Amino acid sequence: MILYSIISLGVIGVISAIILFFVAKKFNVVEDPRIDEVEEVLPAANCGGCGYPGCRNFAEEIVKAESVSGFYCPVGGNDVMAEVGKVMGLEVTAQKPLIAVIRCNGTKKNSPQKSIYDGIESCAVAHNLFAGEGGCSYGCLGLGDCVDACDFDAIHMDPETGLPVVNDKCTACGACVEACPRDIIELRHIGPKAKRIFVSCVNKEKGAKAVKNCKVACIGCGKCEKVCDFDAITIENNLAYIDYEKCKLCRKCVTVCPTNAIWEINFPLKKVKVDKVKRVEAKVEKEKKSENKTDN
Amino acid sequence: MLKTFKLGGVHPPENKISREKSIEVLDLPKKAFIPVGQVLGAPSVPLVKRGDMVKVGQLIAKGEAFISANIHSSVSGKVFKIDDIVDSSGFRKKTIIIDVDGDEWEEGIDTSNEIIRDISLSKAEIIERIKASGIVGLGGATFPSHVKLMVPKGKKAEVLIINGVECEPYLTSDHRLMLEKTEELLIGTKILMKGLAVDKAIVGIENNKADAIEKLTKVAKDYAGITILPLKVKYPQGGEKQLIKAAINREVPSGALPIEVGAVVNNVGTTYAVYEAVQKNKPLVERIVTLTGKSLEETANFLVRIGTPISNLLESKNGLPEDTAKVISGGPMMGKTLTTIDAAVVKGTSGVLLIPEKESKRIESSTCIRCGKCVSVCPMGLEPHLLEKLVQIEDWEETQKNNVMDCIECGSCVYTCPSYRPLLDYIRLGKSKVGEIIRSRKK
Ligand code: SF4
Ligand code: SF4
Ligand code: SF4
Ligand code: SF4
Repeated sequence: MILYSIISLGVIGVISAIILFFVAKKFNVVEDPRIDEVEEVLPAANCGGCGYPGCRNFAEEIVKAESVSGFYCPVGGNDVMAEVGKVMGLEVTAQKPLIAVIRCNGTKKNSPQKSIYDGIESCAVAHNLFAGEGGCSYGCLGLGDCVDACDFDAIHMDPETGLPVVNDKCTACGACVEACPRDIIELRHIGPKAKRIFVSCVNKEKGAKAVKNCKVACIGCGKCEKVCDFDAITIENNLAYIDYEKCKLCRKCVTVCPTNAIWEINFPLKKVKVDKVKRVEAKVEKEKKSENKTDN
Repeated sequence: MLKTFKLGGVHPPENKISREKSIEVLDLPKKAFIPVGQVLGAPSVPLVKRGDMVKVGQLIAKGEAFISANIHSSVSGKVFKIDDIVDSSGFRKKTIIIDVDGDEWEEGIDTSNEIIRDISLSKAEIIERIKASGIVGLGGATFPSHVKLMVPKGKKAEVLIINGVECEPYLTSDHRLMLEKTEELLIGTKILMKGLAVDKAIVGIENNKADAIEKLTKVAKDYAGITILPLKVKYPQGGEKQLIKAAINREVPSGALPIEVGAVVNNVGTTYAVYEAVQKNKPLVERIVTLTGKSLEETANFLVRIGTPISNLLESKNGLPEDTAKVISGGPMMGKTLTTIDAAVVKGTSGVLLIPEKESKRIESSTCIRCGKCVSVCPMGLEPHLLEKLVQIEDWEETQKNNVMDCIECGSCVYTCPSYRPLLDYIRLGKSKVGEIIRSRKK
């Protein structure tokens, strides 16, 4: 009796051992030492800006893919990516660095307040409740969800305008883009000498309605699209968009925009613009004078 | 002991200052602003264009989706234009704007005051007529009424409950209706009973409206099957699920409709509209709106054409008082602050409430002290303090698991919170996020 037990148990043991041996072979995981090495050179911000849950995960995916194309750590930038390339023994093409831009210029002046919101300070909550104090249901609510989302102290509210402002601490992690319930923030090329041109408006209403609430809204007139020699501008749903890959920063569109919805940043002041201003001022003067005359 | 619902509830001050004011017909507006989205469901599709002449009662927008409702012109005149303008929701909505000229009604509509008692239409015809007349829940939820009458396969309606609770403080439109249109209301109830094929109806009324209870009880003697049920005053008894619990002691499960327990609930305003549609062939073009507020010299209960700007109501009573800080569409508990008083009265507008400066300020909130008061007053058995936290950390999965979608936005939790936490602001955000997720999953 005992013999039977010993033999059967022994046989089961041997079979199990054989199965386990093969299973272990088949599912053997040798962790690639490069994962650790890649993680080492990453900034350990764990911000998720790369699109992965954390730096470790990002490293794992790079090693698994045996490639660095399509991977980019916005916080570390090109320097860190070059390091990663060294570890992986791969060539890394440098990417143009990005920065967050605020595509709304509905300041207190441009989009005067029509109602007072006294609810809690949260754009997400207010977005559910009403169009906004200025009446634009696309524009910035000014309650700073983006500011709260930034881990890098790169975005602040300007009390004067009521709009957020991004400074050069921005790592383009994209947290603010995610946080904004109105999709106002976009990551764009910093541009040579930090020069950028973009449409500072996201209002999709027809022109006449858009300007009712905000003087500087894009009215989708298409003048910029026509004047652009590089096919960089498209108009969709009454809203212009400038593709930063195609834009050559020629500034033509900026001058033709009737509502000044296109912004140019870090450019020297254009002469024509000054002329234009002067001409307008002269005209106003003239009108004033003639008014005075009729008064007398 | 009077009946009421068991779980939670609060007792806000009633402030029914306009209760003695008889229903008064408001003058026609110069321009009517009729939004095409006035229903809890898909917006209706406009049938008219700029320059068209319309009569009162003419169909001007069709409810094409299953959960949608027809919209009829409430005035006669010329379509000025169709434009997006800010309505009582605070957002721009597509609106048919009509220049009013005279008051010419569509043919075949009986506008007399004669009461017609015989119900000649069949069950199917009743439902069809209610659908054609664009009737929606006038208590504020604006769910299309014909859909409620179409009992799904496998379910059976046993009892009709008429909601005359009017538990919102300040509002008195339903109260006046019960007093002044008592008989019509009971005939409407009979029509709904026929439409549902039930022989039992209960009219639930809170006992702060003793005169209405008395009058209805007297008249209801001639109407077999209708019981008038006085209820203890407790907010939010007017919630469908709370009223069902109070009236027939049944509990509607989470996420289910009242029909699950054999009940169908209709508000008294809706029931009156049903009477007018079925007996008088009159579509839903007007409703009773309470104008109230402590700072007003004179409050009122108006019979108002849909599409009348709220500013017209105010003007007829000496305009907006100086110290007004907020104008609310609806009551103080569940109403919504308007962003403009030019917003129009819609099918769901039960009242207009003015809040003076000194009462309008939000009191600054402090941290949650875990007192559990919000939990104990929540009529849906939720944990508002927990939901607030979950929404703040954006854990949508847990938010959903904690039944955020069950919240009826009654505001009882906010009303009782000793730390003045903005619980409902976050819960509403949670509902909209979770709702989005549920919808995207269905697709
Ligand atoms: S501004 Fe936006 S993108 Fe830039 S670091 Fe802050 S959160 Fe990230
Ligand atoms: S940009 Fe967006 S998140 Fe930032 S304040 Fe404006 S609405 Fe809020
Ligand atoms: S020119 Fe200005 S207003 Fe016109 S489409 Fe371009 S950005 Fe918009
Ligand atoms: S959680 Fe919702 S249902 Fe519960 S008390 Fe608060 S508002 Fe009312």
